[in-house]
Amino acid sequence: MQLMSTIQSAKTAPALLKLSADNWRFAVLVGLVVSALAVVTLPASGSFWVVGAISALVAAAFAVNAYRRRYYGGLLVAPAIAVLFVMNIFPLLWSLGLSFFAYQSNLQSIRFVGLNNYIKVLTDEVAAPGNWNALINTAMFAVCTVSAQMIVGFLLAMLFAKQFPLRKYLLILVLTPMMLSVVASGVFFTYYYDPTFGILSYVINSVAGGQFIVMDSKAGAVAGIVFADAWMWSPFVMLLVLAGLVSVPKYLYEAAAIDRVSAWRRFWSITFPYIRGLLMLALLFRTIEAFKLADLVIVLTKGGNDTMTISYHLIRIANEQNKTSEGAAISYIILFIVIVLTNLYLYVANPKNREA
Amino acid sequence: MTDRVSFWERIGFRSVGGIAEAGWGRTLVVAVVSFIYFLPVLFIIFTAIKPQALALSVPPTLSPTSFFGLIPDQFVFTPTLDNFASVFSRVMTAGGQPESTGFDRFFFNSIVIASASVLLALVIGTLAAYGFSRYPLRGNDTYLFIILTTRMLPAIVVIIPVILMFRAMGLSGSYLGIIMLYTAFNLAFTVWMMKSFFDELSTDIEDAARIDGSSEIKVFFKICLPQVIAGLAATFVFGLILTWNEFLFALLLTGPDTRTVPVAMNQAVSSGGRGTDWTLLAAIETLFLVPVFLATFFLQDHLLRGVTFGTVRK
Repeated sequence: MQLMSTIQSAKTAPALLKLSADNWRFAVLVGLVVSALAVVTLPASGSFWVVGAISALVAAAFAVNAYRRRYYGGLLVAPAIAVLFVMNIFPLLWSLGLSFFAYQSNLQSIRFVGLNNYIKVLTDEVAAPGNWNALINTAMFAVCTVSAQMIVGFLLAMLFAKQFPLRKYLLILVLTPMMLSVVASGVFFTYYYDPTFGILSYVINSVAGGQFIVMDSKAGAVAGIVFADAWMWSPFVMLLVLAGLVSVPKYLYEAAAIDRVSAWRRFWSITFPYIRGLLMLALLFRTIEAFKLADLVIVLTKGGNDTMTISYHLIRIANEQNKTSEGAAISYIILFIVIVLTNLYLYVANPKNREA
Repeated sequence: MTDRVSFWERIGFRSVGGIAEAGWGRTLVVAVVSFIYFLPVLFIIFTAIKPQALALSVPPTLSPTSFFGLIPDQFVFTPTLDNFASVFSRVMTAGGQPESTGFDRFFFNSIVIASASVLLALVIGTLAAYGFSRYPLRGNDTYLFIILTTRMLPAIVVIIPVILMFRAMGLSGSYLGIIMLYTAFNLAFTVWMMKSFFDELSTDIEDAARIDGSSEIKVFFKICLPQVIAGLAATFVFGLILTWNEFLFALLLTGPDTRTVPVAMNQAVSSGGRGTDWTLLAAIETLFLVPVFLATFFLQDHLLRGVTFGTVRK
C-alpha cells in the first residue's frame, strides 16, 4: 500500500508539474488557497513544510515556463532569490515590522507604536543613551579601518603582483590572519596590548624604559582596535586587488613599453581600469563590515574609553536589555546609512554614470 | 635614451601588472614583509606548543628555538604537545580517566557545515551571477542591490526572526537549517564577486560558439566557466573563511550535536572562571587554522594564475 502510493506520487509529480506549468495562474491560486488552509488547520511546524512544498511546486512550474519561453535570465537568478528570500529577506521584513511595535523578547506583550521606536532612538531616549555617540564612533572606525585596509591591502597586492620565486609560500603567510577566528585573535590582541605581560608593552618598556598602557586612552584604544581589524582584513583587500592585477593582459604593458609611456600613466590608463571594479567591491564589502564591527570591541575594550560602536550598542540593547524593537529601529537606521553610502560607491564605481 | 635599469628595477620593483617575472630581490623584500605580517600568527602557534606554566611569563617566552642564536636564551622555551592533547581530551585531576572534550565532533561539524554551505552558495550564486551578467532582467540593478542589502544589516537583528522561524520549522539545532542560513549569507558575496568576473569576459567567443550551434548550457560550461576558475577559487576561499569563523549564528542556532568550533572554543576557554587558558586557546586556534590554510594553499594556483589565460578580453 505504502509502496503503491509512493509509485503513484512519483508518477504524478511530473504530471502535476506539467499541469501547473501549463496553467500557472491557476496553480498559484490553488497554491495560495491550500497554503492558507494548511496554515489555519495544521500546527506551525507542519504548515511550514506544506507551504514550502507548494512554493517549490509553483517555483518549478515557473521555471518550466521560463525555460519554454527561453527566459534564461529569470531561470538562472531564481534559485538565489528564493534562498535569499526565505533566509534573509523574510526575516528582514519581519524585523522591519517589529520595529513598529513595542516588543520585548522576554515579555510576551506586543503593542503597535508606529514610529515611536524611531523617534525614541533618534532622540536618545532608550535606557542606554549614547546612540549618536556610538554612531559617530562607528563612522570614525569605518573611516580609519577601511582606509588602512585599502592602503595596506593595495601595497601588499603590488608586492605580490609579479611572478617571483617562492611567491606561493609567501602569499599564504599574508593570507593567514584572515583565517583566524575573530574572537580568538581578538583575545590574543588583548595579550599583545596587556601592560604587564604583553609583548608590545614589553618591547616598548625595554626600548623606551617606561610602562605603556595601550588601551588607557581613547586614542590608544581606537588605534589598538583599528590596528587589529586592519591587520586581519587587509589580506581580503589584497586578494581582490591581486585578482585584478594579474588579470591585466601582458601585451598592454608591452605596447606601453614600446611607446615609452610613463609609469604613472601606465598605472592610470592600463592597470587601474582593470582593478577598479574589484577595488570598489573590496571597499564596499569592507565598509559594510566596518559598520558591523563589534566582536573586536567587545574583546578589546568592552566599549570602554568611548569606543562603543553602534553594532555593539545594538547587541546590548537587543540582547542584554531585551529591547528588541528599539534595536530593530536602530538597525534600520544603520541600514539606511549603509544604503546611502553603497549607492554613492556604486555611482562612483560605475563608469557609465560618470560619462553621462 | 637606451634601456636604463634603475636600482629598484634591478631588484625586482618593475611596474606592477600582468604576470611578468621578477627575481630573487623581490622574493627577499616580500619575505621580510610577509614575515612581519605573519608574526602575530606565529606567536599564537608558538603559544600552542608552550608549556602552560610559561604562558604569561615575564619576559615573554617567544620561540621554541633560538634561531641560530638570534633570539636570546631567556626568550626560549622547550616545546610540548600537551596542549594539543588536551584540546581533544582533558586528563581529570586526581589521576582519573581522560575526559573527552568533544572537539573531534566540533571540528567535524565545522567542516561539514562550512564546506556544504560554501559549495551550495557557489553553485547557486554562480548561476545567478551568470544570469545577471548575460541575460539582464528588467530592474537588474535593483535585484542586485537587494541581494547586497542582505549583507548590510547587523546579524543581531535578523537573528530574532530567524530563531522564531527555525523553531517553528523544527530546524534549530539541525545541519540543514544552519547550512541553508550560511548559504544565504554567502550568496550576496558570491553573486557580486562572480558577476564582476563574468562581466570582464569578452562575449565574442560565446557569440561565435552560439553561431556554431552550441546550446546555452554548453556555452556556460565549456566557454564561460573555465575562464572564471580563478574567480571561483577566490570566492570559495573567501566564503570558506567567512563561514568558518562565523560565531553569532552558530552560537544561537546550533545544538549540542551541531556545535561548531568557534562556539565551543569560546566555551572551552572561558569556562571555570579561571580566566583565559592561553595555551589551550592557542592550540584550538592552531588546529582551527589548518583546514582553511590547506584549502587556500591548494587553491592558490587558481587564485594567482590570472583570469585570462589565453583568452581575449573586452
